[in-house]
Amino acid sequence: MKSTQYTTAVLSFLLIACFAGSAVVEHKMEQLRPAATLEEVLYIPSSKVVKRMSVGFEALVADIYWTRAVQYFGAKHIENANQYKLLYPLLDMATDLDPHLIPAYEFGSVFLTQPPPRGAGEPLKAVALLQKGIRQNPDSWRLYQGLGFIYYMELKDYPAAGEAFAQGSKIPGAHPFLKVMAARTLQTGGDYLTAQMLWQAIYESFSDGLIRDNALKHLRALQVDREVLQLEALARAYAARTGHLPAGFNELVAVHVLRSVPRDPLGYPYELLPDGHVMVKFYRELPFITQGLPPGQQPSDLDLSTQGK
Amino acid sequence: MTRRIACIASNTFREAVRDRVLYNLILFVLLLVGSAVLFGQISLEIERIVVINLSLTSISVFGVVIAIFIGIQLVSKEIEKKTLYTVLVRPVRRWEFIVGKFFGLVETLAVNTFFMALGFYAALFYVSRGLHKSDLNILLAIYFIVLQFVIITSLALLFSSFSTPIFSAIFAFALFVIGTFADDLKNFAALTEGATHWLITGVGYLLPNFGSLNVIGAVAHDQPVSLALFVHNSLYAALYSCAAVCGAALIFERRNLK
Amino acid sequence: MPAIEILGFQKNYTVGFWRKKQRTGLKPLSLSIESNEVFGFLGPNGAGKTTTIKLLMGLIFPSAGSARILGMDWRDPKVKSVIGFLPEQPYFYDHLTAPELLEYYAGLSGVPASERKRRVAAMLERVKLSDVGKLQLRKFSKGMLQRVGIAQAILHDPQVVVLDEPMSGLDPIGRREVRDLIQGLKDDGKTIFFSTHILADAESLCDRVGVIHKGELRGVGVVSELVTSAENANRTEVLWNGATTAIAAVESAGAECKLHGQTAHAILPVARLDRVLEIIHSHRGQIISVTPLRSTLEDYFIQQIGEKPQSALEVSR
Repeated sequence: MKSTQYTTAVLSFLLIACFAGSAVVEHKMEQLRPAATLEEVLYIPSSKVVKRMSVGFEALVADIYWTRAVQYFGAKHIENANQYKLLYPLLDMATDLDPHLIPAYEFGSVFLTQPPPRGAGEPLKAVALLQKGIRQNPDSWRLYQGLGFIYYMELKDYPAAGEAFAQGSKIPGAHPFLKVMAARTLQTGGDYLTAQMLWQAIYESFSDGLIRDNALKHLRALQVDREVLQLEALARAYAARTGHLPAGFNELVAVHVLRSVPRDPLGYPYELLPDGHVMVKFYRELPFITQGLPPGQQPSDLDLSTQGK
Repeated sequence: MTRRIACIASNTFREAVRDRVLYNLILFVLLLVGSAVLFGQISLEIERIVVINLSLTSISVFGVVIAIFIGIQLVSKEIEKKTLYTVLVRPVRRWEFIVGKFFGLVETLAVNTFFMALGFYAALFYVSRGLHKSDLNILLAIYFIVLQFVIITSLALLFSSFSTPIFSAIFAFALFVIGTFADDLKNFAALTEGATHWLITGVGYLLPNFGSLNVIGAVAHDQPVSLALFVHNSLYAALYSCAAVCGAALIFERRNLK
Repeated sequence: MPAIEILGFQKNYTVGFWRKKQRTGLKPLSLSIESNEVFGFLGPNGAGKTTTIKLLMGLIFPSAGSARILGMDWRDPKVKSVIGFLPEQPYFYDHLTAPELLEYYAGLSGVPASERKRRVAAMLERVKLSDVGKLQLRKFSKGMLQRVGIAQAILHDPQVVVLDEPMSGLDPIGRREVRDLIQGLKDDGKTIFFSTHILADAESLCDRVGVIHKGELRGVGVVSELVTSAENANRTEVLWNGATTAIAAVESAGAECKLHGQTAHAILPVARLDRVLEIIHSHRGQIISVTPLRSTLEDYFIQQIGEKPQSALEVSR
């Protein structure tokens, strides 16, 4: 019957057109919407209320908050915003709902601590979070490791760091590394090798992609810092001997001071500047370095590295 | 054509209103709103926030339950009771029937929401010792909630055009829950790659997205809602529900009414 | 031009989830119904009466075949304004009153707003429901619902009225009322097509009947002719006491006899009545009764269905 065919055609067309339209509008809205505010993401800021409402599904709700924390941080990380207001509340909420959500504590310990733009820059909050975690999970030696790390790296409180590592090492099943760290931090505190060991430990013991990537970047930065200082010392020694700074590393290779032109962890050759400073070729690809930056460049710049995640 | 649709719509509205079950649900919501006032007294500084959050959430959830409840009955009940037969043998097109039902139900939900909103504002008045200018903002949140109802209703209608009442209700409610977490679904899609990514993203667009329609948190903190959001949300709800209703009509045109 | 022409309507259903099987709901059925005729569609439960009607009304779609109503294709939207339909055992919107319901239908059928109230009042009066006032339909009795149903079917003054089991579930008074309504519709010049399994109603109302069984149309005929051409046409029943010896002679005169104790029972063609009475007299039998047998539609019906009755005696009871 003609009219039924006509009706079917019109309805089908409308269906497809409207659906396509709705998808377009939805897509546009995603770009329009402001980044989720604290309220939107937390929804209800009091964990007591949330807990009551979750009624048995706390773990699930905790996971949702935790997922949002990861996503939120991931998105903010890419945007390089300078504030991570939400990170602590999200992690706090998630761990209130599920006190045994170890990954949340660990994540927080790393990314709450680091200064912006690569972290929230709130080491004290990270400490608070970890201490909460330790209270709820006294058998988790990794939380002690995290705590010690923060005290050592950010707060430079070596006795506290040593204490944390020592406590952690007493837990059966703890990585023997913790004992070593306890000793080292109490003894030395502040040296390059310790830092390298700490970051190496993080890199090896965590499975989270973001955390590992972060640790890798730190290890590279440590390597660069050390190598740049060594190369600069080498250049100064040469200048003392010959009366002039080398024109480039090729000169040092020619006189067999160096075997070959030295390369940074990314494989690019270091550059020797006329004033004796050593510079990396692509400083943007090597976040966290404090040495080897171009003249006038401050260490805490935008992380525009394209390597890794 | 419009006359017949209007006829069906107002009849649907009348039938729904006289059905006493509705009143029970509204009463329940009002009770919940009242209890929100008590709830808020847990911590004074967020009393207003909790009242708004809890009340609007209740209105939202129970409104959806009502929408699904009546929505499912739209077609299924009519077939069961054979009222449908006497309508369809008149000069009424099948699609006109579906559209009329849809508008009748939206009308019902709007009126319901109106009463629930009244109750809510009463509670708010009590808690805030008066009404403030920012309370008008909440109307927008309520409007967005109504848009959610419209979308869910269209989906309930779609399902009841071919499925049994129980399954239609389950699917519709499931879509409401998923729609509320649509943002998390999109986050998840962003993590995947390749074919999975396209598949999940496609599903994300297919399912209703209530993320931007949910501004309950924002208005609880007296944050303004942008005009652009208002326009886009309205457009989205209109387009999406139109698509669902078209789907319902298409299926219904072909259905053998046993 | 016939009012309704069904041209080979067929309906198959696929049953089963994995191994799909075809089940036949309706075998190809062709039927013609004349204008201003009352046509009864007879059949046992599950025969396919409702399926045929639903196909005709466009509520389900045929696997094959077509139909014409008043010359138009049965799917034509214009057809809907000239037919009225009452489904089987209808309920209506629980919470409406009868006038509200009828006004709703009137609106849908395109009765102008100015006309509606008057038309509704007239209909309610015709089906004798003028005094129901504000009573909600969920409080109506079966008979009242049936009458409301007929009211909504004729509200828009259709030429053709289709009723599915209009008398089902009614008490004798209710059935009488519906019968009178249908007769009234015929007097108005309308064509009525209704289905039923109550043969007595069909016999008194219909001009023609069609018998359907197991999805197949078995026969169509004019009622007045059918009733006389069935097997038991022109037969008489005679009962007498004593004279059991007469039985053999009576049987040879062409009757069927049975003996119940002292009472003998014979069924014979009317033409043989005098002869048989003579035989009984001569054997000194005592006549109890002589009753002419009128054949009923029931006989035709059962014949068409193909189940032969045990004996004519049982059928006539």
